[in-house]
Amino acid sequence: MGRPPADGMRLLHFPARGGNIMDQFVLQLLNGLDKGAAYALIALGLTLVFGTLGVVNFAHGALFMIGAFCAVVFSRLLQLETVTVDPEKLTPWGSPMEIRTPLVQAWLGDFGAFLVEWSVPLSILFAIPVMLFVGIAMERGLIRFFYRRTHAEQILVTFGLAIVLQEIVKANFGANPIPVATPPALSGSADVGTWIGLGSIYYPWWRLIYLGFALVVVGLVISFLRFTTYGMVVRAGMEDRQTVGFLGIDIQRRFTVVFAIAAVVAGVAGVMYTPIVPPNYNIGMDFLVLSFVVVVVGGMGSVSGAVLAGFLLGILQSFAAMNEIKNIIPGIDQVIIYLVAVVVLLTMPRGLLGRKGVMER
Amino acid sequence: MAILRNDLVRLALFALVILTMPIWLAPIGAAYPDLMQKIAIYGIFAIGFNILFGMTGYLSFGHAAFLGVGSYAAVWSFKLLTMSVIPAVLFAVVVAGLFAAVIGFVSLRRSGIYFSILTLAFAQMSYNLAYSVLTPITNGETGLQLALGDPRILDRAFTDAGSGIPPPNLLGEELSGLSGFFFCAALLILCFYLAMRIDRSPFGMMLKAIKSNQTRMAYTGFNTRPYTLAAFIISGMYAGLAGGLLAATDPLAGAERMQWTASGEVVLMTILGGVGTLVGPVVGAGVIKYFENIFSAFHEAKLHEAFSFLPDGLENFFVTITAPFVGEGWHLTLGVVFMLIVIFLPGGLMEGVRKIRNAFTRKPASREETGRLAPAE
Repeated sequence: MGRPPADGMRLLHFPARGGNIMDQFVLQLLNGLDKGAAYALIALGLTLVFGTLGVVNFAHGALFMIGAFCAVVFSRLLQLETVTVDPEKLTPWGSPMEIRTPLVQAWLGDFGAFLVEWSVPLSILFAIPVMLFVGIAMERGLIRFFYRRTHAEQILVTFGLAIVLQEIVKANFGANPIPVATPPALSGSADVGTWIGLGSIYYPWWRLIYLGFALVVVGLVISFLRFTTYGMVVRAGMEDRQTVGFLGIDIQRRFTVVFAIAAVVAGVAGVMYTPIVPPNYNIGMDFLVLSFVVVVVGGMGSVSGAVLAGFLLGILQSFAAMNEIKNIIPGIDQVIIYLVAVVVLLTMPRGLLGRKGVMER
Repeated sequence: MAILRNDLVRLALFALVILTMPIWLAPIGAAYPDLMQKIAIYGIFAIGFNILFGMTGYLSFGHAAFLGVGSYAAVWSFKLLTMSVIPAVLFAVVVAGLFAAVIGFVSLRRSGIYFSILTLAFAQMSYNLAYSVLTPITNGETGLQLALGDPRILDRAFTDAGSGIPPPNLLGEELSGLSGFFFCAALLILCFYLAMRIDRSPFGMMLKAIKSNQTRMAYTGFNTRPYTLAAFIISGMYAGLAGGLLAATDPLAGAERMQWTASGEVVLMTILGGVGTLVGPVVGAGVIKYFENIFSAFHEAKLHEAFSFLPDGLENFFVTITAPFVGEGWHLTLGVVFMLIVIFLPGGLMEGVRKIRNAFTRKPASREETGRLAPAE
């Protein structure tokens, strides 16, 4: 019978074992920030696309998935091997030992080995152009015909697109999760506890890096929108598209670029996520629904709202998973996100940070 | 074509088409009871969904929750009361209706995308809870099943507990195979008739007015909330009935019936067939279930057979092209068909039928203009 609930939130959970309540607290806070980082990165793109193009993009999860598979492809490319036979050594079966060396290592020596080890972070460089291309192709090829259609139709067509993209990936990579190695230097855990003077609390390095990476990306996108002229024009277009058009600015083109940026953000989020959970074709869908809730709670079209709501829901989620809390209210960890969403939607008409007058009804 | 305007004639035609399914589905290899039952059941589900979405325009993304609740209710009725399907189905409808009343009361405070997210949130909560805390009621991941030790009070009062688990029955008749299909089909026809009556009634008119302009409705002094809530509950009861029937034809209920992908499926069915039409949702349900069962069973050898009338080179060419779209990849076909429909035929298959018909009868174009708002075909 079906698989257990596969919400993205469960995927990220790093189990907290033993320890006193303070250790638990710190661990869960880190867990929450980590989950929040993943939600925020996906929700950021969703809300940007909604704010600029007015399109509800259900294929956004598929972009995350494509990003993750960029990492898979890149590390496979790096691991293309040459086989040399060493006649001196014999295998236990008596045949000559085969030595497999990745091509890059054979060509570039130590630098090649370094490339292979660090394939995940390096695949960001590979993923950015790919995601730019995918994003622009998607926007120009499909989304732009749906600006004036109803939200329901937008949801449906992008949902169809998401299914198609998933199935293509499934046909090429199979349905099983594909593990991708963390760079060995970062595969251990960091002793976070001693940094803040609390004894030893261990937390995986890669998750800390994911958090830092998410903060950097969010910071970059927000400052792009806030501090550059280009971003200023985009924000003006979000407020009043027509007037910006009257001023002789090709706002459409800028919105397409914003869509591509959103695609890149989702893509690199997917790349960095691969060492945490091995990607399969369905990984985007698992995140999509939650990211949608995050976007709506944050306020449709509000970038800072999406980030805030992402971290907020992530943290609430992981605190609700603490045994101390579960004992008081059983099952709260399963529903907390949706419960918060319901309360926010019923009490705050436009979400946490939604702009006045946008989607209030 | 004028005769088609008569509702009774339409109902009779619909009943005829549904009841003769075992005959006309045979040539396309779909005339086995299991599939036809599914088509009928999901047809009911989609008709109910259309009463909410098609008439009032409220897009619920959590409708599968009612289907799941209906299933659980029916299985519990089998376990506790009797293996007769009538109380099971009634119980399923009532429980789903109550559940819909609660969720609808809260969710209908908002509209548009917020309504969708609220219903989605409630459905996901039910799904997650069914998997975890509510395990005593839902039997968690395993799914709720019948067991030898079930009390079945009413059955025990009249007969001894036999060995083995008795199958669900309708007034003593065992429900399996074709009889199961005809039971579902009869209910589908009844549901279709009810939906048609709702569509033609002042209540239905009110719902459509809410869809076209809720603010104006409010200005004219109508409180729209009771109407939308009623539509929501009716539609939830339809879903509960479908869930109950799923359990009656196969007494097992699992939480995955409530997942959001299941809610998405009914949206797909309704849109594919034609939102706001009466027959459309049933057509959509039929097409999707057909694809799911037939396309997924295709494989390369079968394709070679299908294209064997072509010369060898062409045959291989066509097989290579179509292979990714069948068997494991039938979802790909679904996705592609779905995108094509939404892009080119936003009114669904029924709009396609209407377009073809108009092309032949050369009706004035104005009729087509109003096609998307016009009441059901």
